[in-house]
Amino acid sequence: MSLQISDLHARIVERTILRGISLEIRPGETHAIMGPNGSGKSTLSKVLAGHPDYEITQGSVVLDGVSLLEREPDERARMGLFLAFQYPCEIPGVSIANFLRAATQARLPEGESLSVTDFYQKLYHEMDALGMQRTFSSRPLNSGFSGGEKKRAEILQMAMLQPRYAVLDETDSGLDIDALKVVAGGVNRLRGPEAGLLIITHYQRLLDYISPDFVHVMVAGRIVQSGGPELALELEKRGYGFLEVQYGSSELSPLAGAGAPG
Amino acid sequence: MTEQQAIAETDLLQLDRSVGDFHYEVKYAYDAGAGLSEQTIDYICEAKNDPDWLRDFRKRALATFLREPLPTHWASKQLAELDFSQIRYYLAHGQKAGRRWEDVPDEMKRTFERLGVPEQERKFLAGVEAQFDSEAAYSNMKEALRDQGVLFVGSTEGLHKHPEIFRKWFGKVIPTGDNKFAALNSAVFSGGSFIYVPPGVKLSHPLQAYLRINAESFGQFERTLIIADEGSEVTYMEGCTAPRFDTATLHSAVVELVALPGAKIQYITVQNWSPNVFNLVTKRGMAMENAEIRWIDCNIGSRLTMKYPAVILRGRKARGEVLSIALANSGQHQDTGAKMIHLADETTSNIIAKSISIGEGRSSYRGMVKIPNHLKGCKNNTECDALLINTSSRTDTYPAITLRGNRSSVQHEASVSKISAEQIFYMQQRGLPEAEAMSLSVNGFVNDLVREFPMEYSVELKRLIDLEMEGSVG
Ligand SMILES: Nc1ncnc2c1ncn2[C@@H]1O[C@H](COP(=O)(O)OP(=O)(O)OP(=O)(O)O)[C@@H](O)[C@H]1O
Ligand SMILES: [Mg+2]
Repeated sequence: MSLQISDLHARIVERTILRGISLEIRPGETHAIMGPNGSGKSTLSKVLAGHPDYEITQGSVVLDGVSLLEREPDERARMGLFLAFQYPCEIPGVSIANFLRAATQARLPEGESLSVTDFYQKLYHEMDALGMQRTFSSRPLNSGFSGGEKKRAEILQMAMLQPRYAVLDETDSGLDIDALKVVAGGVNRLRGPEAGLLIITHYQRLLDYISPDFVHVMVAGRIVQSGGPELALELEKRGYGFLEVQYGSSELSPLAGAGAPG
Repeated sequence: MTEQQAIAETDLLQLDRSVGDFHYEVKYAYDAGAGLSEQTIDYICEAKNDPDWLRDFRKRALATFLREPLPTHWASKQLAELDFSQIRYYLAHGQKAGRRWEDVPDEMKRTFERLGVPEQERKFLAGVEAQFDSEAAYSNMKEALRDQGVLFVGSTEGLHKHPEIFRKWFGKVIPTGDNKFAALNSAVFSGGSFIYVPPGVKLSHPLQAYLRINAESFGQFERTLIIADEGSEVTYMEGCTAPRFDTATLHSAVVELVALPGAKIQYITVQNWSPNVFNLVTKRGMAMENAEIRWIDCNIGSRLTMKYPAVILRGRKARGEVLSIALANSGQHQDTGAKMIHLADETTSNIIAKSISIGEGRSSYRGMVKIPNHLKGCKNNTECDALLINTSSRTDTYPAITLRGNRSSVQHEASVSKISAEQIFYMQQRGLPEAEAMSLSVNGFVNDLVREFPMEYSVELKRLIDLEMEGSVG
């Protein structure tokens, strides 16, 4: 039982972004991925979720023994994979409550229908825990939400859908200190022997609240170093410079390779 | 969704994706053949035993139809694909509609049962008229309404038995020469309803017409006239389906509403035409002092729909409203809109139009609001919102608001939103299949309008939207 990523290569419009990622996340484990801008962290998360823009050129992803890559995004989600997006998109006209009802219903076996009372009970419970006003549930999902509200809404969805494996892409960025604590609390409540987490972040401050079991550093589409929580602290002190010199490929960093054709 | 799943499981829909896409072989006792000429009109007049004035009326209308150019410059050149010489203008099994379902010929009864009409009648309707090709196969109304003097009959019975009311208003709201297709309808019309609601009578349940096209290469030309006398209230609902054929089917109706002082008419359409139907319909109401006319219009399906329900606000404080939803899937063009003609002080009108375009589908909104100089205290509010799903969809808005003078006010808002691949991906990531993600967005988009519908129809509309989305994902 695990989410097993093996030698994953992926590209977008003729440009290779992931160049051999291998990582195994077992239920109960929390992994963190750090790495410079443009190194491919969000790409990894979207490739896992099945975004249609990316082409997988090599490697495999297996979720609890089932190969993921040939499945539709919604099937992957129903198999237990959740992605908290770095930039959640706005869904006009569809309220949080209706959206989550549909998503919850989609997970029930055929012919079974959702108990509306149970659903709202759970929804309000989770909203309370995340410090969200209940009236928020009738607002169209992410439409006009502030950056922080969007991130909270991602965590709310995660809490409601109870994924087996969750990837959180920079859920901490754009949050004020209090919101950071609330969101970290939400993540910690999902933790347990049944759930595996992959947290993408730039900052130690989230990891102060959610202490990871493993920390990985991604540079130029590869995981170049893995270690325990102490690795994150070291990166905070030293930056990525030393790793980029060692492993980087300048064409992969938009900052270094400005103007370099794809 | 459970509803959708349950529906998807019935074999009816496994036949194909559309509820109305089936047809039975029927032996027609009356068939005017293909093509349109004076002889066609004579055939129809003989079959229907029309009075002489009507035969003259029809022939004058035919001349107008032949004289008027085809308005291909307007919505679409596709109109030119209509071959009027290939269409069959009159097909009927007989001249009398059954009052009981037992009296309806078998294939027709089976058709309407399959479409759920008798069941709806039992559940929530005050009366039903079920038209099969050119004539009604069934027509009935609750006894209590008959006792109150309400008339709900076919257009033929209306003009034969109640000429004093019928002739007073027939062709007065929409003159024959209004447009080419109104003229065509005037020449060959058959079927449709005639309704008269006496003063002060308020119908608590709707009357419904179900328009069914069964035959290939056929033109359906029903004619509906509704007169709500002073202080009365009536809701009329219209549902339509046709099987899918390779050849073009034409539906060209004329609907005239007259709301006398203080009366209220609500006219609801949920059309679900198959994609070979040209739907070219003229709908207009006249609202006298303090009267109210509301068009609720849902256009789903068809190849090309051209329809712009109108209200002429004739009397002081008259109110007019058009709420419309149009959904254009690939290969379809919904050219819809609304007209409000203010002719008296303190008249108000409201237009809310929502359109959804999917894939290659195209929808356009055309509005016309006229408030002349000498009037005071008039108000119009116009809102048109378009939702585009997939980049190739297109939408156009042509609002024309003519406001002269400054003693009246108009408000106009328009918006275009898109459901992008990114949004669909986001929703899929939460476990929703693509079609369901699209349905959810579309339902969210039209939700505030759908709330205005009677419950039974909003359920039907939601189901139709779900089916359209499933079909568009392929
Ligand atoms: N649609 C696209 N077309 C071309 N290049 C793309 C596209 N999407 C992503 N990229 C490129 O892929 C690289 C990796 O992007 P990704 O978003 O995965 O980085 P990241 O590690 O998440 O960065 P950050 O820390 O800034 O969020 C970047 O150089 C980016 O410009
Ligand atoms: Mg990123």
